[in-house]
Amino acid sequence: MAYKLNVNGQSHTVDVPADMPLLWVLRDVLDLVGTKYGCGIGQCRACTVHLNGKPVQSCLTPVSTVGTQNVTTIEGLSADGTHPVQVAWQEIDVPQCGYCQVGQMMSAAALLAKTPKPNDHDIDAAMNGNLCRCGTYLRIRAAIHKAAELSNSSKSASVAQKE
Amino acid sequence: MDRRSFLKATALAGGGVMLGLYTEPEVKGQGRGPQGPPPDPHNYIKVAADGTVTIMAKNPEVGQGVRNMLPMLIAEELDVDWKNVKVEQTDYVESKYAGQSAGGSTATPTNWNPMRQVGAGGRAMFIAAAAQKWGVKPEDCTTASGKVMANGKSIGYGELAADVATMPAPNLANLKLKDSKDYKIIGHSQPGVDLKKIVTGKPLFVIDIKLPGMQYAVFQKSPVFGGKVASANLDEIKKMPGIKNAFVVERPVPTEKVLPGEPGLENGVAILGETWWHAQAARKKLQVKWDLGRPESAGMSSTLFAQNAEKLSKEAPQWTIKQDGDAEGALKSAAKVVEANYSYPFIAHGPLEPQGATAHYKDGKVEIWSNSQIPGRGRALVRDTLGVQDADITQHMVRGGGGFGRRLMNDYFVEAAWISKQAGGVPVKLLWAREDDMTHDYYRPGGFQYLKAGLDGSGKLVAWQNHFISYGAPDPSDPKKPNFVASGAMGPTEFPQRFIPNYALHASVQPLCIRTGALRAPSSNAFAFVIQSFIDELAHAAGKDPVEFRMDILNSGAQGPGLVADRMKSALQLVAEKSDWAKRSKSLPKGTAMGVAFHFSHMGYFAEVAEVAVDAQKKVKINKIWVAADVGSQIINPSGAENIVQGGVIDGLSEMMSQEITVANGAVVQNNYHQHGMLRMAQAPPVIETHYVKSTYPPTGLGEPALPPILPAVANAIFTATGVRVRQLPISKSGFSWA
Repeated sequence: MAYKLNVNGQSHTVDVPADMPLLWVLRDVLDLVGTKYGCGIGQCRACTVHLNGKPVQSCLTPVSTVGTQNVTTIEGLSADGTHPVQVAWQEIDVPQCGYCQVGQMMSAAALLAKTPKPNDHDIDAAMNGNLCRCGTYLRIRAAIHKAAELSNSSKSASVAQKE
Repeated sequence: MDRRSFLKATALAGGGVMLGLYTEPEVKGQGRGPQGPPPDPHNYIKVAADGTVTIMAKNPEVGQGVRNMLPMLIAEELDVDWKNVKVEQTDYVESKYAGQSAGGSTATPTNWNPMRQVGAGGRAMFIAAAAQKWGVKPEDCTTASGKVMANGKSIGYGELAADVATMPAPNLANLKLKDSKDYKIIGHSQPGVDLKKIVTGKPLFVIDIKLPGMQYAVFQKSPVFGGKVASANLDEIKKMPGIKNAFVVERPVPTEKVLPGEPGLENGVAILGETWWHAQAARKKLQVKWDLGRPESAGMSSTLFAQNAEKLSKEAPQWTIKQDGDAEGALKSAAKVVEANYSYPFIAHGPLEPQGATAHYKDGKVEIWSNSQIPGRGRALVRDTLGVQDADITQHMVRGGGGFGRRLMNDYFVEAAWISKQAGGVPVKLLWAREDDMTHDYYRPGGFQYLKAGLDGSGKLVAWQNHFISYGAPDPSDPKKPNFVASGAMGPTEFPQRFIPNYALHASVQPLCIRTGALRAPSSNAFAFVIQSFIDELAHAAGKDPVEFRMDILNSGAQGPGLVADRMKSALQLVAEKSDWAKRSKSLPKGTAMGVAFHFSHMGYFAEVAEVAVDAQKKVKINKIWVAADVGSQIINPSGAENIVQGGVIDGLSEMMSQEITVANGAVVQNNYHQHGMLRMAQAPPVIETHYVKSTYPPTGLGEPALPPILPAVANAIFTATGVRVRQLPISKSGFSWA
């Protein structure tokens, strides 16, 4: 079955089974391997991508249900790793093995888009689905606060420039 | 298996053996690196004409930060700026690199001197080249930031690179190493070398490898270990969409009573598809009739294991592992005797990246892209199983998404190579589903300990007796000795041996049908919970403060070999100070309490305090954790070290609260993360403080020893908060859950 997908602003046509999860279309068909497989049952959320800006588990999202929604993966979060979440993750040196971190960042980016200045409670609620087997949770918390700071200061900087 | 790879495998598979191999005096004497060729700086350092410095990272990276740590040691002594260093991962090359493995927290102690010497050797060669060019003496030259200087002249390493390339390396042992006060890289936080690739989602992990013409494989093995394929609906599977191939893999079944530590390639069905999803979707339709390879397994279950343990505890122990003084007699004359039974379950590793490998067998040669914590063992398995020569195996060491001891075993390695061969030499990417991982792990063995201890009239600990009940069988070559399952032994020096005049350690075993192995801080991850919880019971029975009671035990002990009492006392002292134990532990509100524990493992001394609040519904909230450690004179990468310590603590909390693997009808019951819980963000403590005792001992590792004390520290806090003494892991079985 052929499906037309809009991934990171680009249109792709893929010929795959209807029930093939978006995760495997991204990884094995479109070669976008940043999105990771961890459990296949929505327990770890290493596979988190955005559909129209909302975080979803791509391992549980059949390709046939994606339709015309905009799919954003880590490869499309920014062109060059400069999304505030990506910058903060580097400044705080968050990862250990790093395998879950793409999913963590996609969840964090979705949180910040909705709640620009999250408190610890907001972070715990938004991030509770993402497992980190290495246990980098304290640094993830710190990095989300940092990213909020970065994006708010860059916003105020651009406001200041306009003025 | 040749003798050397056997030694490596046993050393890394069991913490006890590891400690035996790398005792402190040996490492302290230094010069003693891992087995293998002496390091040659030419194999580690590449300087381009433009001055770009590339440093080779030789060890497997599974998130422990070794790709930073080892190159940092080289760069420091080479005297280059870290920001100008490019780190490149080596392949597995036994002839060039020694000790290419990850396990036992050994990378630091075994590489601390050799890798600094490599850097110093490189620096000496650049100096020699400049001295020759300028006609000056090498001793009149200095270096800084990748340049050699003398008499007001300066030349970059890049301009000397061609001369150095043909120069023989100096005798590394004679080189003077930097004084720690001059360090510019060591002791300064250096963010992960793969950080940018990780945050941008670039191909980096084993699962990301892609070769032209590659097929994607799944491999279905028997739910009960040792099962053989009697029949399978392969014709139907082969007709499914996107399926390229499907076949049975036939292997002999191990007949040993105690399962071998590394059984390698097992019987099963391989399915190859055009994507992994095609293969996995076809597997859901796969119907296999399994013959039980080991019929005795069928009747085994966790219920039976517990019944057997109970029965064994009432019988005379099968073996005595260690006896000092007269524990039996001292218990009879003790003023107070405390008795308690502890138990802990099998648990799984569950690294977030499932096991996998990409392999290409072609014309008798094999090329493999994967991650193994003992790649040499992976190579030996591939060599022996496929019948190829060592020289015909190329192994690329790809970043692994977590290890924790799981990748000490190389089953996935040999599976990928075999499937590529049996499929006719097509490149194959094998990926285990999470269900494969959870049901075909090398589990941390469960166990039971029946303890009895005696206090004298002053509350001093005078006798300790343990009947340790594990899994295994009598040694077939000497029935007077136990043959424990992998990672299922307790050694004769287990704490508090040497710290008590009357000590007895007895052991009994029962048969087991699942594989076991080393999980982060092997043995210690279970034993610390038992020993440090029981010591807490004794402190309370003696009416003494838990920190003071522990300090009294350490005061009575020797200074080595193994645990050096003074080092642990310093760690315990530091954690008590930092947590303000003396005041704070006595001024907390009802339902909130602090607990303390310490444990020595993998040459690391860790003492930890947890402050915990427990409500009436037994919901547990961790307020704060303090960690104090003596891991020697130098923390090499502080950012990495803090991360790993916090990770060890969080890992321990996961094990404590909810992790348990059970067996029914010979097979593992749990099959994914929902049945083997991990700590999540909302449950993570807000603060984990890490403090180091700066001792004069050479630096040692952090990856494992930070974990064990946290389980008893929290359990001890729960007791003080609630009066409930938890003696069984996970504590969810006693009604506790996270708040």
